[in-house]
Amino acid sequence: MTRFALGRIGFATLIAVLLAFFTLPLLWLASAPLTSDPTYKVAAPDLTWENFRTILEHPYALPSLYNSLVLSAGTALLVVLLAALAAYALSRVRLPGRDALLYVLLLLSSIITGTAAMVPLFQLAVDLRLIDSRLGLILILSGGLLPAAIFMLKDFMDSTPESYEESARVFGASPLQIVRHVVVPLVRPGLATIAVWAVANVWGNFLMPFLLLRDVEKQPAAVIMYTLYTEGGQADLRLLSTFGLLYSVPVVLMYLIVSRKYGFRFHGGIKR
Amino acid sequence: MAPPATPADLGPPPAGGERGHRHSVDAAGLGRLRAGAFTAPALALIAVFLVFPALWVLYLGLTDYRLTGVAAAEPRIVGLDNFLAALANPRFWGSTWLTVQFVAGSAVAGQAVLGFAIAWLLRDRRGPLRRIVEGLVILAWILPSAVVAFLWVALLDPSDGTLNAVLGLTDVAWLIDHPMLSIIVFNVWRGTAFSMLLYAAALESVPPSHLESARLAGASSRRQLRDVVFPHIRGHVLTNLLLISLWTFNDFTPFMLTAGGPDGRSEVLAVHVYIEAVRNGSLGYGAAISTIILLINLVVAVCYLRLLRSRR
Amino acid sequence: MMAAIELRGLTKVYPGGVRALDHLDLAIPDGEFFALLGPSGCGKTTLLRTIAGLETATGGAVVIGDRDVTGVQPGGRNVAMVFQDYALFPHMDVSDNIAYPLRVKKVARAARRARAAEVGARLGLEHLMDRRPGRLSGGQQQRVALARVMATQAQAFLFDEPLSNLDARLRLEARTFLKKLQRDLGVTTVFVTHDQAEALAMADRMAVMEAGHIRQIGTPAEVFRRPANTFVAAFIGSTPMNLLDGVVRDGRLEVAGCALPVPSSAEGLLADGERIVYGVRPEYNAYASEPAEGALGGKVAIMENLGASHLVTLDVNEVMVQVVVPEGREPAVGDQGYAVPRRDRALVYRDGELVTG
Repeated sequence: MTRFALGRIGFATLIAVLLAFFTLPLLWLASAPLTSDPTYKVAAPDLTWENFRTILEHPYALPSLYNSLVLSAGTALLVVLLAALAAYALSRVRLPGRDALLYVLLLLSSIITGTAAMVPLFQLAVDLRLIDSRLGLILILSGGLLPAAIFMLKDFMDSTPESYEESARVFGASPLQIVRHVVVPLVRPGLATIAVWAVANVWGNFLMPFLLLRDVEKQPAAVIMYTLYTEGGQADLRLLSTFGLLYSVPVVLMYLIVSRKYGFRFHGGIKR
Repeated sequence: MAPPATPADLGPPPAGGERGHRHSVDAAGLGRLRAGAFTAPALALIAVFLVFPALWVLYLGLTDYRLTGVAAAEPRIVGLDNFLAALANPRFWGSTWLTVQFVAGSAVAGQAVLGFAIAWLLRDRRGPLRRIVEGLVILAWILPSAVVAFLWVALLDPSDGTLNAVLGLTDVAWLIDHPMLSIIVFNVWRGTAFSMLLYAAALESVPPSHLESARLAGASSRRQLRDVVFPHIRGHVLTNLLLISLWTFNDFTPFMLTAGGPDGRSEVLAVHVYIEAVRNGSLGYGAAISTIILLINLVVAVCYLRLLRSRR
Repeated sequence: MMAAIELRGLTKVYPGGVRALDHLDLAIPDGEFFALLGPSGCGKTTLLRTIAGLETATGGAVVIGDRDVTGVQPGGRNVAMVFQDYALFPHMDVSDNIAYPLRVKKVARAARRARAAEVGARLGLEHLMDRRPGRLSGGQQQRVALARVMATQAQAFLFDEPLSNLDARLRLEARTFLKKLQRDLGVTTVFVTHDQAEALAMADRMAVMEAGHIRQIGTPAEVFRRPANTFVAAFIGSTPMNLLDGVVRDGRLEVAGCALPVPSSAEGLLADGERIVYGVRPEYNAYASEPAEGALGGKVAIMENLGASHLVTLDVNEVMVQVVVPEGREPAVGDQGYAVPRRDRALVYRDGELVTG
């Protein structure tokens, strides 16, 4: 056998192992929701839609998805709005101490993680009776995402030529008109990116709502999902599989839209 | 060339003599005042909900704060007692050792190596194969952690789980018999996408002419990697290692698989803090551990930022 | 409607102490097509941006028409500017781009579109009105940028390197087009360029700048024929002027070991023994293959083809002297040759400044 053929076989084997490793855990999510009376076994589904009915009947399943939506949308809105304003000002005006500020922001966003901040946040929430406050949670989540969002957006705005704004300015546009007519349309892809990034972050976030929301009616899908499979008794696999699927679909859709539109080049607060 | 970069506001005009031309000179005519107003809300939110908690944790770590009881109402400053207690606590050291295993095993040896391997294998491919492999790896990354954690609970189930079925084993309870191995492999599966994407981008930045000239000189694949590719992407490798180590170090997802158990055998520091502070109510002790985590984060982050600067 | 532009003692110091403009005085009369020429970093763009109000002056005054606009925001100065990269808004079509100045003034949409159509038609853009700038060629983008300034009723136009983003062939066409357009509109126009040929070709008058100072103001013909100093002399001209060290001796100039008559412009103004710089453009040297009175003689060192002529470099006692030789009379490398300067075109510089009566 030639070296070339050996190489081909080696390559094919490696790819097959990789595919198996990354596919195996996902199989259950694809099969169980469509199987009547599923177990942990992956089996060919009998294509029933019955399981989705259990979702409708469950008192917290659908409301938790709604809660997730409220948290994500609220945070994304706040983050995009505040980060855009700050990033624009920081990109265009040399405020005193700007570079140091950006450095500190970047540092903060990487060191103050949920793990490092969970104790004070939890203690403060208990003391200030902010447990179960959705608004409080949105503010906390926004505070955590803002530094990275400002940093990414500023980078984006820095790469937009200033001559657009100068041109509008010479034609007599006011700062507000410049922002409305020129800046927002120009940086719209950046804003969309940050919005999607924020939604994806909050949608999947488990630790913060787990810590700070005790009221089951306010808990988002991440917490409900966890509760469903850890709480005593036999886990209801029909419910868990369909709920997990329903909870996953939005992020997958968002990923597809973003990667089609802008290419997938962000996530996790970094961009090279 | 573009017009020269707009310089900063000139500040107050020289005293006397010249007239003051105070209108702003930034591109949009925003001026410092408006710029400050634009920045303030974001900074306020960051200060209150991010910086303040981080400072608060330093204070809490010096107190005997408890969730309930006398110390909840009237916490006392106990100085470094919490830190000393941590250092004397075998559970803390055990947890630290598990964290080292988790970071070294799943991030450095797992995600980075596997991520690079996938990027390298697929570097010249376009088309469906690459899209499928990349898509699956990314899917594992973007699904909500609560969902993937449960998928792994299902996968590793002793009686019906897919893994035992595939391996032909019965009744190996992975999460109980091998909790660390389970969360390490889980985290490799979960987080490889970032390294893969980063290395794919890095490999594209290697000039093809360099690889071609090495190939013309008769270099083997291994030699090309060593002599051409690695020198080029050294910066990316370091970036990658620092970031995934930082993220893995702070990752709370293992909690959703094993809740730190059994018997604390998968209680990495992130989980240790949660169990001590929230479940057992020792807020002061938990805050001391959080402080240690913050410091470690700070060291890694400063290294990372240094690296970014030197590459600019 | 239109207006003269006047700069009085204009000074711009950047934070950090860089003096981009240094007490600059300049008067541009109504309707003139005026060029600011200079090497990069000389302050010409800063000057244009200070007129526009995009930079604040550190000292001095900008007067447009009868109005001192030094402290006025850019939008209030009634000038319009074409940027080097044209700054066409990528999210608006050509029509909206052209009408943008009217949108700022809250003109109704229908009126805006009508005005855009009118101006666009004038520049031959009718068929492109609903395209986005990304789908236009360089030349088309430039015309849209011009249309956009025309749509304003500005008193003055400012162009920053208007031709530098075009390729070489298009640039010549655009040069002619721009000059004709300015003449038709009659609006006072200041443009910045680093290309001396562009300034010479288009401007009514021009200023040559160096390090924040204006070194010469004049018509292209004046600046070309009688550069006021050796900086301008070296900067202007597609082939650089010969600038040769010399000494005044017995009413003649001793240059590169040859005796030359004093040029008519400096006659009676030079003292014996004075050290001077003798300047003559290669175009104003005649070439002779036989020895001649008042000529620079040497061996032909290099021949460069300029198309219809050749640039011949003579080695005159180790000083390089250049002559433009018309087609058909070219010597060969190594030949003995003579450069005979035209007395009425040669110039004398003393301490870098032109000696003139």
